Amino acid sequence: RDFNERCAQCSEVNWGLTDGGRFYCRSCHNVTERTREVVNTDFITNTRVQTISKGSRKQKKTDGGCEWYVCEGFQLVLKKQAEALEALGVCPRMKDEVLCNFWRCYLQKSKQAYCIRPAGETVKALSVCDSSTDVDSDPERSSLLHLLSLSESEGDLQTDNSFASSTSKVSETQEGTSVCSGSVDGSLYLKKNQKEKLRMTMPMTLSFCYMALLWLREPMTLSDLLRFVVEGHIPYLNVFQHFPEKMKLCGLDLKIFCVESYPAYEEVYNKMVELAVFLDLPRFPDIRDSCFLHPDMLCMKYLMEANLPDELHNWTCRVVKKTGIGDVDFLTLVPGNKSTRKVKYDVLAAAVIVVVLKLLFLLDDRYEWLLSDFAGERNKNSKEGGPYFEFKKWYKVIKCSLDAKQKELDEERAKYLWRCEKPLFYSAEMKSKVLKRRQMVVNLQNQFGKLCGAVRPAEKPNPSSFQLSWSEENTDGSCFHGHSLKGILQEKWGLLKPMNPEYWLCTVKLCTEKVCGHLAHYSREEGFPQSYHFVLRLFSFLLRIQPSYIHDEVCVIEHKLFNRKLYKKPKYSTGLRK
Amino acid sequence: SSHEHKLNFKKSKEVCLSYIQDAMLQKQWKRAAEFLTSYIESLEKDYSREYMGPSEIIWRTGTEILCHHSRSSMKEFNSFMEQMKILGVKRYLKVCLEHAFHLLCNGLIDEAYQNLSLAESWRFGEQTVIQDKEMKLIQAYRGLLDYYKWSKQKNILLEHGEDGFEDLSVEQEMHSCFRNAAVNLKEIIKIPGIWDQFVKCYVDLLEFYGDHKEARKVLHDYAYNSKFPANPNAHVYLYQFLKRQGESKKSLISALKNLHDTVPSHELMIDFNLMLQKSKKKKKRRLGLEVIFAALDYAGWKENVKAWSCLAKQLKQIVMSEKHLDWLKQEWSSRKDWWPAFHFSRYLGKRNWQENQSLSYEKALVAGILLGKDDKYFKYVSHQGCKARMKRFRVLKKFVHKHNPVYMRISG
Repeated sequence: RDFNERCAQCSEVNWGLTDGGRFYCRSCHNVTERTREVVNTDFITNTRVQTISKGSRKQKKTDGGCEWYVCEGFQLVLKKQAEALEALGVCPRMKDEVLCNFWRCYLQKSKQAYCIRPAGETVKALSVCDSSTDVDSDPERSSLLHLLSLSESEGDLQTDNSFASSTSKVSETQEGTSVCSGSVDGSLYLKKNQKEKLRMTMPMTLSFCYMALLWLREPMTLSDLLRFVVEGHIPYLNVFQHFPEKMKLCGLDLKIFCVESYPAYEEVYNKMVELAVFLDLPRFPDIRDSCFLHPDMLCMKYLMEANLPDELHNWTCRVVKKTGIGDVDFLTLVPGNKSTRKVKYDVLAAAVIVVVLKLLFLLDDRYEWLLSDFAGERNKNSKEGGPYFEFKKWYKVIKCSLDAKQKELDEERAKYLWRCEKPLFYSAEMKSKVLKRRQMVVNLQNQFGKLCGAVRPAEKPNPSSFQLSWSEENTDGSCFHGHSLKGILQEKWGLLKPMNPEYWLCTVKLCTEKVCGHLAHYSREEGFPQSYHFVLRLFSFLLRIQPSYIHDEVCVIEHKLFNRKLYKKPKYSTGLRK
Repeated sequence: SSHEHKLNFKKSKEVCLSYIQDAMLQKQWKRAAEFLTSYIESLEKDYSREYMGPSEIIWRTGTEILCHHSRSSMKEFNSFMEQMKILGVKRYLKVCLEHAFHLLCNGLIDEAYQNLSLAESWRFGEQTVIQDKEMKLIQAYRGLLDYYKWSKQKNILLEHGEDGFEDLSVEQEMHSCFRNAAVNLKEIIKIPGIWDQFVKCYVDLLEFYGDHKEARKVLHDYAYNSKFPANPNAHVYLYQFLKRQGESKKSLISALKNLHDTVPSHELMIDFNLMLQKSKKKKKRRLGLEVIFAALDYAGWKENVKAWSCLAKQLKQIVMSEKHLDWLKQEWSSRKDWWPAFHFSRYLGKRNWQENQSLSYEKALVAGILLGKDDKYFKYVSHQGCKARMKRFRVLKKFVHKHNPVYMRISG
């Protein structure tokens, strides 16, 4: 009823509801994936917001800065990130509703805001000299932070101003902010007991973002998100340069906000799950089979990107169905449920494709080439019905592109520029030294930059969901989407089966994550076929993760797929017959 | 590195450095510059605990790139070096010194001189003491440049002198250059080390102003002071000086003896042998034989006619006098296994005859004496010589045949 978007096909705004709860356009009967199920943002259980006495923000006398708290900084970071995501096409609700509320919930749960404070407790920042003081023993000086509140006059939560408008109200006087940080509570922040309250960090901002994206089921996987961050489309590195002038950063703030590395997939993902648990979130919105994150959809995307025949999609769907990984209960995140293994959608989809390739081509460094030769022969002799897919040709094309892209990526990473214009210094004494250094760096860079040859504009590559693209219009035959799998399939009792009768398992027994953090050991068992390594390498590049993660997932899927054979008859060696 | 998906500052700079190194090894200067531009950022990080920090790396790689890159100019290079000087106080003098070297290599002598002078006046508390060695080097090189200036003035004066013009200012300048140079050069050669160029210049100055005593002392010290590393050149310089001074044969010989001990293949060995041959003392003549044999052990002397003629002369004399055949025996015993193949092969016979008849003559004489009349080298060459009706070869043939029994006695 509130759905006011224009139909993608006929641009009309004339929606009705299907039986499945989806919107469809009455004019052209185009069915969308939008459901009526409105995302429920009322998950904050304790919504009592207290307004405290409004004092004006204190101005620091020294440098025109004002007092600011670390979580304000993070709030700004999240805001910037959300804006960037919006610019990339993410639904605006993410910023104004979802992320905002997640953040408020976090502040409340970590007792940084939105909660009741006993009167009289003040916020005092400890300076480093006071490190000997035991924090817990002195409630007067305990590490409680100030309170954020919305001034009631500012209207509802849904406005764009929701981030910018929160002002900090300092309840009592501060006796002297920490000399070692620009923020009021910088030193305090770093001392806090991490385990209890899930202290906020820069990598966690990405976990927040991903969590919000997942809640809204946006068509962006975690690997996409992280890739956009590295490519600079989403602020992360040096995001502090967008802090307002008044928020001065120095000292320990640098440790908090200035990062010198990008977090790995695992780190962001695990933190996200931890965060979801911490915030007591309920079951996330369902991931159904029309959702982008569903393996059927993602497999289609990755198949396209990997330049594999569209026909393989039938097989991925079959595997998904057989193993039950397309099940809505399997895919949907339930933070409270500790027993279920959490799903990494992108890795899962990639693994499914790998399994399908193994099913159809065996990938034992012999059979796939044999099949390829047969297909090649056939292609030479007959052109009717379109070409058969030749593994060999595909391998050559992909290897060439992959090597080139990998080399490009490696060089980009080597040339990566980490510093930004805004200089940072630990203390005022260091300031002049730092500025001089910066000046010298800039001079030298100019000098050598001139020797580089043609002026290279500092271009950021256009953000794109696809890193490799193949067009069927290319006459050089380098696009394999339309190729047929006929050469490797046979018909039996009306069903298509692969000609390949064999399969080899990556591992006979799955390890447990408790023992070594992995379910399988990719790097140790080097005896895998080269084709298998290659395929893992391809997806490892696309997703920017270690091949071992994909390998783990492949093992899990295989074990699900061959479950009966594995666990009912324990005496199987690697190499099963289907 | 391609599978290292964790992207962090330190690692990315390490990888960047390896790209710079690869590019430099392959002489791809543009590419090296590209990566260096990115590497320069690491100056803003603290690497104080590392053995070689980014500032040193940037200095060294930057210098290489600027030296070889087609588009860089001396001006750019100079401005870069100035920045490098600011960058590392602990390296200040080293950078100054290397900068001066580069300027010298590019023929910018005045600029180099200015640089060195400036560096000389640098003071920076404790660092001045720590970098004492570099300071001494800077002073020494400035001294060298002073010598160069002096030398120029001297040549001007000499020219004018010929024309009958006198130029007081030039003369004064020349003397002041001398003073500057002398002070610094004298200082540096006190320190144990190899200072060939400095010593030569200093001695030149001393000789010009007539201070031969000091010159001799300096050279003597340089050659014989045990604290200094063994340096054959020192003996050469000493010898040349003594020769210029017209010293006695005795002192000349003793100077060259040291040279023979360290570098038996030195070109002065011919002079040495000639001197020794003429000596009245048996011991000296014996030494002469040893010297010339030793020199001809070296491949570089194989085709040296003079050397062979020295040997031939001495052998001839010994054979004719029939005295001191034991000397021959001694020298030949360690050589008889390999000299024939080394010097007197049939192939060499042919080649020597074709290319250089004098050489073949001398060698044939030696071969005939040492290896007898049936030696293939001797036979071939003497036969060719006689065929060509060259008188000396006939004489040679006769001589060897006559003294053949000698060969029997030596080779036994």
